Amino acid sequence: MRSDHETRAPMALKIAAACGLLFMHVPILLIFVYAFTTEDKTFQWPPPGYTLKWFAVAWNRPDVWSALQLSLKVASISTIVAMVLGTLCAAAVSRSKFFGREAISLLVILPIALPGIITGIALRSAFNIADIPFSVWTIVLGHATFCVVVVYNNAVARFRRLSGSLVEASMDLGANGFQTFRHVVLPNIATSLLAGGMLAFALSFDEVIVTTLTAGQQATLPIWMLEELVRPRQRPVTNVVAMIVVLVTFLPILAAYYLTRDGDQVAGQGK
Amino acid sequence: MNNSANDRRGAVTSAGYGLAGQISDLFWRKPFILLLLMLTPPLLWLGVVYIGSLLALLAQSFFSIDEFSGLINYQLTLKTYAELLIPANLDIILRTVSMAAIVTLASVIVAFPVAFYAARYARGRWKALFYLGVMLPLWSSYLVKIYAWKLILAKEGILNWFFELTHLKWLLDAYLAIPLIGGNSLSVSYTGTFLVFLYVWLPFMVLPMQAALERVPANFLEASSDLGATPWQTFRNVLLPLALPGVIAGSIFTFSLTLGDYIIPQIIGSSRLFIGQAVYSHQGTAGNIPLAAAFTVVPVVIMGFYLWMAKRKGAFDAL
Repeated sequence: MRSDHETRAPMALKIAAACGLLFMHVPILLIFVYAFTTEDKTFQWPPPGYTLKWFAVAWNRPDVWSALQLSLKVASISTIVAMVLGTLCAAAVSRSKFFGREAISLLVILPIALPGIITGIALRSAFNIADIPFSVWTIVLGHATFCVVVVYNNAVARFRRLSGSLVEASMDLGANGFQTFRHVVLPNIATSLLAGGMLAFALSFDEVIVTTLTAGQQATLPIWMLEELVRPRQRPVTNVVAMIVVLVTFLPILAAYYLTRDGDQVAGQGK
Repeated sequence: MNNSANDRRGAVTSAGYGLAGQISDLFWRKPFILLLLMLTPPLLWLGVVYIGSLLALLAQSFFSIDEFSGLINYQLTLKTYAELLIPANLDIILRTVSMAAIVTLASVIVAFPVAFYAARYARGRWKALFYLGVMLPLWSSYLVKIYAWKLILAKEGILNWFFELTHLKWLLDAYLAIPLIGGNSLSVSYTGTFLVFLYVWLPFMVLPMQAALERVPANFLEASSDLGATPWQTFRNVLLPLALPGVIAGSIFTFSLTLGDYIIPQIIGSSRLFIGQAVYSHQGTAGNIPLAAAFTVVPVVIMGFYLWMAKRKGAFDAL
């Protein structure tokens, strides 16, 4: 049956594929160049000169720091909530069959399948109806809602591979449910939870649409960026912040990839 | 666990070996209780808070706003839906749906070579490189990606510089002179909006497409050419039908994401509204929550229909 001896790709296909990849990467690389430009009023290309001074300027900006701090705080709390809820859901769905099981997977996917603006407006109007003042916690509530799905997807794939006989063997050897969870189940699902958690963190750290609708006066880093996009005031600082955001999001993605690449499903496909 | 006294007890009796053991036995005998405990927190969060908010939003679309006081009139009515269907709003819906369709079509065309090469020819290191090459743009910051295009499309930016350099400025000017898709400059034209949409959603198309193409056996393609088909015929009659579920799966993302976006057309594009912007402005400055709610029903209905069609074509197996 095997006849796929290494055929060579047609030249046209190679060029088209390379162009596609270039199209996806050149714009991001441009940001790296702009972070070093000496020009501070326009987006002039090619940059008239190169400097490192904007890194120092950005470093001394309290508004950037407070936005970054808030983003990290929101992303950490949302990730923890999403990890707990997502794992519970995945465990329940994979260990038993019950009425409404399909509905639960749909429920988990819904917040990310519906356009973000719908989730955002729905939560915002619910907060208004319930008279809940906007705070860090309303942002967290919005973020955790759509972060559950990435943790859930990763955990469900791993639970599926975790053979039931391992759990039974542990029980037969006298471990109670908690011991089985601690010593048998947890080590088996740990890497997929970690990968799911990192993706949830990246998703929350970057989210802007739901955030603009569930935040009051607080500015997360994406909200700060959005302000700069709509009304540019300090272009050089924005360039530097944009570059740092790209670098910071790459790390968890690379880590999640290496944690799950041997598995049947690689993390991050279902953003 | 190593305690030999514990070994003999197993999960059969619960007589006096601690609370943990008793609870664990209870779960064993009545799995329903454990299931309930596991499902309650996520169901409270997603089922009650989230679905509750969605339903509350839907309910508000059946209220109307009083023109004089600007207050919401809590009486069930279809007045808001009548308002949704005035020509100006239909224009917004039509504009958004056409943009979503064109973006989807273009991303299929651009994504296909990348997905096909990665699925059929890339091996080992190259495969990993292609995979990360799609994953990294997929996960890089959405706003940073838009910002990058603001740099590219700026008047003094790289694209104009390139056209000046190659003495092709006249070509760009001729293109911008075309009504509808042109404008004063690329950054305030539909073309600009289209490019940014295409760029931001492209990775969402490549991944499911690649997954579908990987499932097409290589010898099908060889058999087709052995039987005398030209490459185009093989593509048209063998590859495309087999890859279609993946294409549809990817198009769910590109279509849905374009329908609901309000930031891209606000930053790069003409000042004409898209659905997302209409929702945002109605709930914000205008304070017309009922109309905003009615507007959100549009993408939900369109996506519902789209998903139903996709399910019939078997696209969910490719997700």
